[in-house]
This record gives sequence, C-alpha cells and structure tokens, in this order.
Amino acid sequence: MAFQILLNVFIAIVWMLMNSSFSATSFMIGYLIGLVLLILMGGFFKHRLYVWRLWAAVKLFFLFLRELTMSNISVLMLVLKPKLDLQPMIFALPTDLKHDWELTLLSSLITLTPGTVVLYVSDDQRTLYVHAIDVDDVDEAIYSIKNTFERAIKEVSRP
Amino acid sequence: MTAIANTLVVITISVGVLFSVVTMIGILRLPDVYTRAHAASKSTTFGVLSILLGVFLHYWLNEGFFSVQLLLGIVFLFITSPIGGHLMGRAAYISGVEKSELTIGDELEEVVAEAKRRAER
Repeated sequence: MAFQILLNVFIAIVWMLMNSSFSATSFMIGYLIGLVLLILMGGFFKHRLYVWRLWAAVKLFFLFLRELTMSNISVLMLVLKPKLDLQPMIFALPTDLKHDWELTLLSSLITLTPGTVVLYVSDDQRTLYVHAIDVDDVDEAIYSIKNTFERAIKEVSRP
Repeated sequence: MTAIANTLVVITISVGVLFSVVTMIGILRLPDVYTRAHAASKSTTFGVLSILLGVFLHYWLNEGFFSVQLLLGIVFLFITSPIGGHLMGRAAYISGVEKSELTIGDELEEVVAEAKRRAER
C-alpha cells in the first residue's frame, strides 16, 4: 500500500516537472493522472489497489460512528430506567486478528462502544476478555462484534 | 444560514451536556467498579466530543475561524479515552475488586488465577 502511494506521488511530481508549474493544482492533476495509470497497471501489483483499503477505512469510520451513537443511546436508556435491571457479565471473545495494531484497534473500538469494555487480553493474544454491562445472550454479543468490527478491520488490513 | 448554523450548534452542545449529565447519574446509580467504568469512560467521551464539535461548528460557521486545535482535541480524546478505561478496569480486576452480585457470568476468573499462580512460582 505504501509503495503504491509513493509511486502515485512520484508520478505527480514527474507531471509537475514536465509542466514546470509547481502549484497545488498541477499536483492534484498529476495525482489523478497517476491514479488512472495505477488502475491501468493494476495487474502488475502483488496486492490490490490502495484505494480499496482507504475506502474500507472510511467505511470502518462511519460504521464506528453509527455504533457509537446507537449504543450511547441504549446506555442512556439503561441508566435512566427507574428499575436497575442489569445483567453484567465477563465473556471471552475469540479473535483471529494477527497484528498488534489490529488488536489495539479492535479493543479500542469495543471499549468506545458503550455496553462493552475490554478488561484483559490473553497472553497468546487469541482471546479478549470483555465486560458487558447488559447481556441477554452471549453468543449474540460475540457474533455482533465479530460480524461488524472484526470483519471491517480485516477488510482494511487485507493487503 | 445563521439560523441553520445556530440550530446545529445548539443541538450538538445540548446532546453533549445531556450525555455528561447522564454519565454522572450513571456513576451514582450503577453498582460496581466495572459498570461505572462503562459510564465514566464512554458516555463522557461522547458528551465531551459533542460539546467540542459544537464549539468547532460555532467558530467555523458563525465566526469564520477554522480551528484545527479543536479537531485535534477530538482525535486525541478518541485515541486516549478507551485506553484509560481499559487500564482502570484491568487494574481493578487484577487487584481483586469485588464484582456486583448482579453479574451472571465470569470467564476471566480462571485465567487471572492461573496467571497469579504462575507469577508466584
């Protein structure tokens, strides 16, 4: 991904040199032309085009904003209800993310969406222990985390 | 234009204040450390974020001043507050703070006990 971005910037600089006009506009034009060239040469790269990973990151961001709002409202309801009927629970969340930054990102996202706090990461980094404030069905909670955040993070990190 | 901007600012700041107040109520009402950590580490984040966003919008749309510091503040808050919540919860759990009796299950107890036994040996 970094190589493709560097190549794109390099093409933009070459475009600026060829036109001998050093302005932000000509850099942008050169960058767009470089992007078209990269798309045309897509078959020569080992990994997919970096634009798709950026797009996945943007999608992850908006997914996160949506989850943050929805679950904040649910905690608001929980706290303001006259009778406090919580069912806190600590459950194990198996994960198959490989890199450290993926794990950090996943646990930050889990912690920021109210209803769940990551308490402990196991030594072999295969399991996260999550404290949930109100759990009816553990399998469903695990499934929803794995299906939203973990899948989106995998989509970003796939080369 | 000013009316739209003012509505946006008022909505975001009121949402922020509302969530901060609910956080305080949550800290008072919830039974144990872990459930309070939920309220403290997140609803506040959301509330403060909302207020910062409202201030940012006010300076941007009404005063014409694009404040990058406020945006940076929002980003830093996003990065640091989950780590803080995680560390407090972890420290409380490992030093053996009692869970509330409402808790219906605990899959971590074994793991921490095992780690402590290994540390003693």
